[in-house]
Amino acid sequence: MKLNGAQILINSLQSEGVEYVFGYPGGAVLHIYDALEIQNKINHILVRHEQGATHAADGYARVSGKPGVVLVTSGPGITNAVTGIATAHMDSIPMVVISGQVPSPLIGGDAFQEVDAVGITRSCVKHNFLVKDIKDIAETVKRAFHIATTGRPGPVLIDIPKDITIAQMTAEPYPKTVDIRSYKPTVKASDRQIKKAAQLIAKSRRPILYSGGGSVIGNASKELREFTRLLNFPITQTLMGLGAYPGTDELSVGMLGMHGTYEANMAMHGSDCVVAIGARFDDRITGNLAKFCPTAKVIHIDIDPSSISKNVIADIPIVGQVGQVLSALTTELKDLKLADISKWWTQINDWRSVDSLAYKRTEGVIKPQTVIETLYEVTKGEAIVTSDVGQHQMWAAQYYKFDEPRRWINSGGLGTMGFGLPAAMGAKLADPSRDVACVTGEGSIQMMLQELSTMLQYNTPVKIVSLNNGYLGMVRQWQEFFYEKRYAMSYMDALPDFVKLAESYGHVGIQVEKEVDLKPALIEAFAQKDKTVFLDILTDPTENVFPMIPAGGGHSDMLLAGRDDMVSKNETDFTAV
Amino acid sequence: MRHIISVLLENEAGALSRVSGLFSARGFNIESLTVAQTNDPGLSRMTIVSSGTDRVIEQIVKQLNKLIDVVKVIDLTDQDHVERELMLVKVCVKKKDELEVKQLVDIFSCKIVDVSDRTYTIEIAGKTRKLNAFLNALDFAIVMEVSRTGVTGISRGRTII
Ligand SMILES: Cc1cc2nc3c(=O)[nH]c(=O)nc-3n(C[C@H](O)[C@H](O)[C@H](O)COP(=O)(O)OP(=O)(O)OC[C@H]3O[C@@H](n4cnc5c(N)ncnc54)[C@H](O)[C@@H]3O)c2cc1C
Ligand SMILES: Cc1ncc(C[n+]2csc(CCOP(=O)(O)OP(=O)(O)O)c2C)c(N)n1
Ligand SMILES: [Mg+2]
Repeated sequence: MKLNGAQILINSLQSEGVEYVFGYPGGAVLHIYDALEIQNKINHILVRHEQGATHAADGYARVSGKPGVVLVTSGPGITNAVTGIATAHMDSIPMVVISGQVPSPLIGGDAFQEVDAVGITRSCVKHNFLVKDIKDIAETVKRAFHIATTGRPGPVLIDIPKDITIAQMTAEPYPKTVDIRSYKPTVKASDRQIKKAAQLIAKSRRPILYSGGGSVIGNASKELREFTRLLNFPITQTLMGLGAYPGTDELSVGMLGMHGTYEANMAMHGSDCVVAIGARFDDRITGNLAKFCPTAKVIHIDIDPSSISKNVIADIPIVGQVGQVLSALTTELKDLKLADISKWWTQINDWRSVDSLAYKRTEGVIKPQTVIETLYEVTKGEAIVTSDVGQHQMWAAQYYKFDEPRRWINSGGLGTMGFGLPAAMGAKLADPSRDVACVTGEGSIQMMLQELSTMLQYNTPVKIVSLNNGYLGMVRQWQEFFYEKRYAMSYMDALPDFVKLAESYGHVGIQVEKEVDLKPALIEAFAQKDKTVFLDILTDPTENVFPMIPAGGGHSDMLLAGRDDMVSKNETDFTAV
Repeated sequence: MRHIISVLLENEAGALSRVSGLFSARGFNIESLTVAQTNDPGLSRMTIVSSGTDRVIEQIVKQLNKLIDVVKVIDLTDQDHVERELMLVKVCVKKKDELEVKQLVDIFSCKIVDVSDRTYTIEIAGKTRKLNAFLNALDFAIVMEVSRTGVTGISRGRTII
């Protein structure tokens, strides 16, 4: 039977088991939409903006672990998608983006809605393809999914000229296997390196485990828990790693980095052995590199060799899958005698008692931290929480204790405002039975508001918890600290009435002004199971995120809440060890 | 330090821009870059001359390896290797200097490949240093234009990329 290129493409997506495609039609992809229309295995979600499609597919991927799939037209379709592609790329999220292209004979001639999609996306995809022949479609899709989902995952773009989707050929079976000679992502970690690492770990007296997004992406939560509990070591997690190890567990010292806890950052600073597990020593973690972990030997486990010794030189690099490496290390360490680290724990508990997440409640204003704590309470810590970018993101990360991976969905690497709402929609589609909350700010939410309409159409009820502080708060915070309180453009006048706005989109809107109403409002919102509820919560406009490591600082240079003067003293002379 | 990095990559449209894009996006420097098909028509070989600290070079090699189209990367500087560059120089020579040019061509064992009224085009191959030395030695003549290929290299003996 003869099929056209569009049908071959859709059949290929079916063979990959694709459940949802997030997209938006246009001239170059009309044949592809036509092919979608005459089948019923793949559901298409019609977003309201292509950036929304990429974030929704991204949220779907982060929750399900499966690749997110996006379909956009040429020209403005693909340029609108670039922000979401870059967002997924920075956080190593598997995604396949299909973009229409002008017909092959017109390429290069400044045709209507032509952009060089492959060129524009080159630096923010793991790989991209321009399909030049209908015979290559199936093979290209196979390769794209393989590349997107293996090794260090990432987005892959397939650009298809319109004439290729129209051409016809006799259908061939979808390829079963894929072999790319220049891409061999499966690596087995070196036994020698594992043995060396185990020796160092066993001898360390002030160890800290520093786990990141790789533990989530690599589905290594189980191995991470076994490893950590066997050792009884303190563990800190990056913003991207939260939940791989339970945040409520005793061994967890919370998040590290710019807005990490006092105990996590001090433990990094004082450590003699840092075990980095699927984490990439981002500058939000390390602060000033010259002051970073002055006394530690570094073991670095990562699937991507280029992550290792990029920012911080690893003493023992281990290239491999987090899960495999950790279970090999666990086996190795079972036979080794571990050094006594009880004094180190005494020291860490000392730092813990500083209670760096403590904050003062003020009569008459709702503290943003309280909102997150109440959200945690009302959802019993079991919701999927997506977030936008800003102060609210940090508070959500600090005060919602994630006990499971793939529950905390946020844009860490690119820090894309607008991510939260479409990501929540994708998350809800990936796990319909679980409550999904989108923690956002009045600034961020306005970047992707139009997706409220999509959420009504496809009935993806989420609870939008908007911390409305009337400011681009994260910007305001920096201006307060580092620009002598000159608040340039961080105040937004003329905010919409979010309640009416939600209602006009067919959802429920609730405004919360007083703390007494907070919990009841949240309970009411979550009780409305099949409704999207927009909670416009008026929070303290002047609250800041603490702890904070100011630019140029090291881990022991934290600013603490209500103790702005108390830049932590040089505590390298810790007494216990 | 100067490094000669040899890259075997799929001979596909866009592969070159992936490499050059990588260098500019990550702020790595390129002194020269040459690329052409190999004996296997499906593969191209690229030679890049770059300089940087050991850490930078390590990142360059790792980032190149990460490109999906790249089959293999080696740093030739680490091993015994042969390197060559080809240069064409067009000089304008006064009558009285003609002999000296011919002597220089002899000394550097290169060739005059084209002659016209007052101009000589000279072809010279060798290490970059030799090419530079030749240009220096030509200081008495007027160098009208120079076209260099950039370095290409290969390891000695039985080692292959
Ligand atoms: C406003 C704002 C403030 C921020 N403040 C902080 C902060 O205080 N603290 C903080 O932690 N972050 C913070 N971030 C986030 C920060 O920018 C980075 O995104 C984050 O620190 C990176 O996390 P990660 O190191 O876990 O790396 P990821 O980006 O999650 O990368 C994962 C690493 O694991 C590797 N990997 C992937 N899969 C596997 C596998 N299967 N096996 C082995 N390795 C694998 C990858 O190669 C990669 O190196 C902030 C972001 C924003 C927007
Ligand atoms: C698309 C985009 N533009 C600009 C920024 C820079 N930025 C980071 S946080 C922030 C303020 C966010 O304001 P809001 O959503 O109200 O959150 P708040 O910090 O007040 O909680 C800005 C402008 C960004 N991260 N993303
Ligand atoms: Mg705000």
